[in-house]
Amino acid sequence: MRISEYFRIPTVSSKSYTVWQRNKDVFMKDIKLNFLPPFIEPLLYLAALGFGLGRFIENIDGVPYANFIAPALIAISVMYASFFECSYGSYVRMYYQKTFDAIIATPVTIEDVIAGELLWGATRSMINAAVMVPVIALFGLIDISYALLIIPFAFLGGLLFGAIGMCFTAVTPNIMAINYPVLLFITPMFLFSGTFFPLNTLPPLVQYFAIAFLPLTHIVNGIRLIGYGTLEPVLLFDLAWITVVCAVLLVVSINMMKKRLII
Amino acid sequence: MKKYKDLLAVNDVSFTIDEGEMFGFLGPNGAGKTTIMRMIQCVSPLTSGSLEIFGMDAMSHPREIKSHIGVVPQENNLDMDFTVYENLLVFSRYFDIPRSEAERRATELLEFVHLEDKRDTMTESLSGGMKRRLILARALINRPKMLILDEPTVGLDPQARHLIWDKLRSLKKQGVTVVLTSHYLDEVEKLCDRLVVMDYGKILVEGSPSQVIEEYVGSGIVEAENNPELIECLQRKEASYEVIGDLVHIYTDNPKQIAEYLTMECSLSKLTARPATLEDVFLKLTGRRLRE
Ligand SMILES: Nc1ncnc2c1ncn2[C@@H]1O[C@H](COP(=O)(O)OP(=O)(O)OP(=O)(O)O)[C@@H](O)[C@H]1O
Ligand SMILES: [Mg+2]
Repeated sequence: MRISEYFRIPTVSSKSYTVWQRNKDVFMKDIKLNFLPPFIEPLLYLAALGFGLGRFIENIDGVPYANFIAPALIAISVMYASFFECSYGSYVRMYYQKTFDAIIATPVTIEDVIAGELLWGATRSMINAAVMVPVIALFGLIDISYALLIIPFAFLGGLLFGAIGMCFTAVTPNIMAINYPVLLFITPMFLFSGTFFPLNTLPPLVQYFAIAFLPLTHIVNGIRLIGYGTLEPVLLFDLAWITVVCAVLLVVSINMMKKRLII
Repeated sequence: MKKYKDLLAVNDVSFTIDEGEMFGFLGPNGAGKTTIMRMIQCVSPLTSGSLEIFGMDAMSHPREIKSHIGVVPQENNLDMDFTVYENLLVFSRYFDIPRSEAERRATELLEFVHLEDKRDTMTESLSGGMKRRLILARALINRPKMLILDEPTVGLDPQARHLIWDKLRSLKKQGVTVVLTSHYLDEVEKLCDRLVVMDYGKILVEGSPSQVIEEYVGSGIVEAENNPELIECLQRKEASYEVIGDLVHIYTDNPKQIAEYLTMECSLSKLTARPATLEDVFLKLTGRRLRE
C-alpha cells in the first residue's frame, strides 16, 4: 500500500452504529462495575495528591493544587478510556474473539466495524467524563457554569485517543506488544502534559514539543479552561489542534486496520 | 486467482453453482477451499479474475451480496460476550432486521437446531457441537438465498453430524443454495448434487459424485494383499491398480469378474470387493502423502 492510500477517506456507513450498539450492550451487562472506576479513581487521586500532597504545595497560577489537578484527572481518564478500549479491547475482539470476522460476513463492512469501535471508544471517554464532572463539581473544584461542555469535549478527545490506540492495534504483532506504546507514549504523556505540574516549568524546547506532539496537553488545557469557566481564545487553538489531528488519525487508523484485516 | 503475498492459494479455478443446488468443495488441507469460501463471502478480495454472485460482481457489490448469504466459518466465531439467544439478536442487527421479527426468528431457529434449552447460556460454556449448531442458526438469521459452510461438521459426534446434514437437506428443499466443504466424504457423496476436488489451488475434477467416481476409479474396487505374484498377474491383465503399502487396490467396473479371475488364475484367496467411494477418488487424485 502506498503512503497516499493511508489518507484516502474511507466509506463508512450508518451500519457502524450496530457495532457501537454491540459494544454498548456488552458494557451494559456489567454497568455497575464499569461505572466504578471513573467514580473511585478521581476520589483516590484527589485524596492523595490534591488534599494530601497539595498541602505542601503553594497555589499554582493562583489556584489551589486540588483545583489544578482536578480537570487533568478528567483528561487522563478520557485518554485512558478510549486508548485502552481501542487498543487492548479492539485487539481482543479482533484477534481472540474473532468478533470482526463474524461481523464482516454480514452487510457490515470492515470500515464500519472500525468506525463503530472508534465511536464506542469515544463514548467510553465521554461516559467517564460524565461520571467525573459531577463528582469533582461536588468538591467545588470546578466551576459548574460551563462544566457540561466538558462532556462533548471528552467525546472529541476520546475519538482522538481511540484513533491513536487503533493505529497501534493495526500494527501490533501480539497483545503484549501494546505495552510499548503505553510505556513510551501514554505514560510519559500522563506525567508531562501539564497534568500534575504546569507545562511552563519545563524547558522551552520540551514545552514546544509537548504542545506540538502530545495530544493530552490540549485535552488537559481544554478541560482546564472549561472547568475554570474561562473560555479564552486559546481554547480555539486546542480545539483546532485536536480536530485536525483527530480527523487525520481517524482516516489513517481505519485504513491501517483495513490493511491488516483484508487479506 | 488468489495470492497471499507470494503464496498462490487459488490458481485458475473456474466454477458455476446453480441456484438451489448443493455444491461441495473437497480437497486436502491447504488445497484452497477456505480461501474460495472467503472470496465468495466477499471478505477476501480476488488477486485477479472475476467472481459473480446472484448476478452481481463480488468486488463492487459486497453489501448486497452479503445480505443474502449465510456463513458457517471453519473457525468458530460466536460472540463470547453474549448468551446463545443474544448472539442471534445482536447478529440480526447487522442485517437491519427489526427487533420483533428478529426475536421471532431467533426463537424459531433455536428450535430448528435444538438449542432452546440453552437459550440463556453464555456461548463459552457450550460444547463444540452446540457451538456449531448455533453458528448454523446464526447463519440462517437473514433467511439467506445461499448458505456457505466451511466444514460445518468438523469435530462433531455422529448424532450432531446427522442433525446438521438433516437440516441442510431440509434447507435445500426450501430452495436454499448450499455451498460446502467437508472432509467427511461419505456424507458429501450422499448429499451433494455436484462437487469439485481441488488440490494445490486448482480444481482437479468436477461433476456429480457418481459421475466422478465412475470416471476416475470405476464403480468397484477389489482390495487384495500385496505380493509380487499378484502384481505380475495384474500386469498381465492390464488392470488398473494402485499399491498402498500392504494393500493393492484394483479399480474396475466389474469387481466380481476381477475377483474371479484373480482367484482362478492367480490362486489368490484374500480378496474383498466393494463399491468405489468418493474417498477412493479423493485419494487417487490427491495422493496419499500427508500435507504439511
Ligand atoms: N491468511 C493467510 N495468509 C497467508 N496464507 C494463507 C492465509 N490463509 C490461507 N493461506 C494459505 O493458502 C493456502 C490455502 O489455504 P486454505 O485455508 O484455503 O486451505 P483449505 O483448503 O481450507 O485447508 P483445510 O482443509 O486445512 O481447511 C494454504 O497454503 C495456506 O497456508
Ligand atoms: Mg479450510
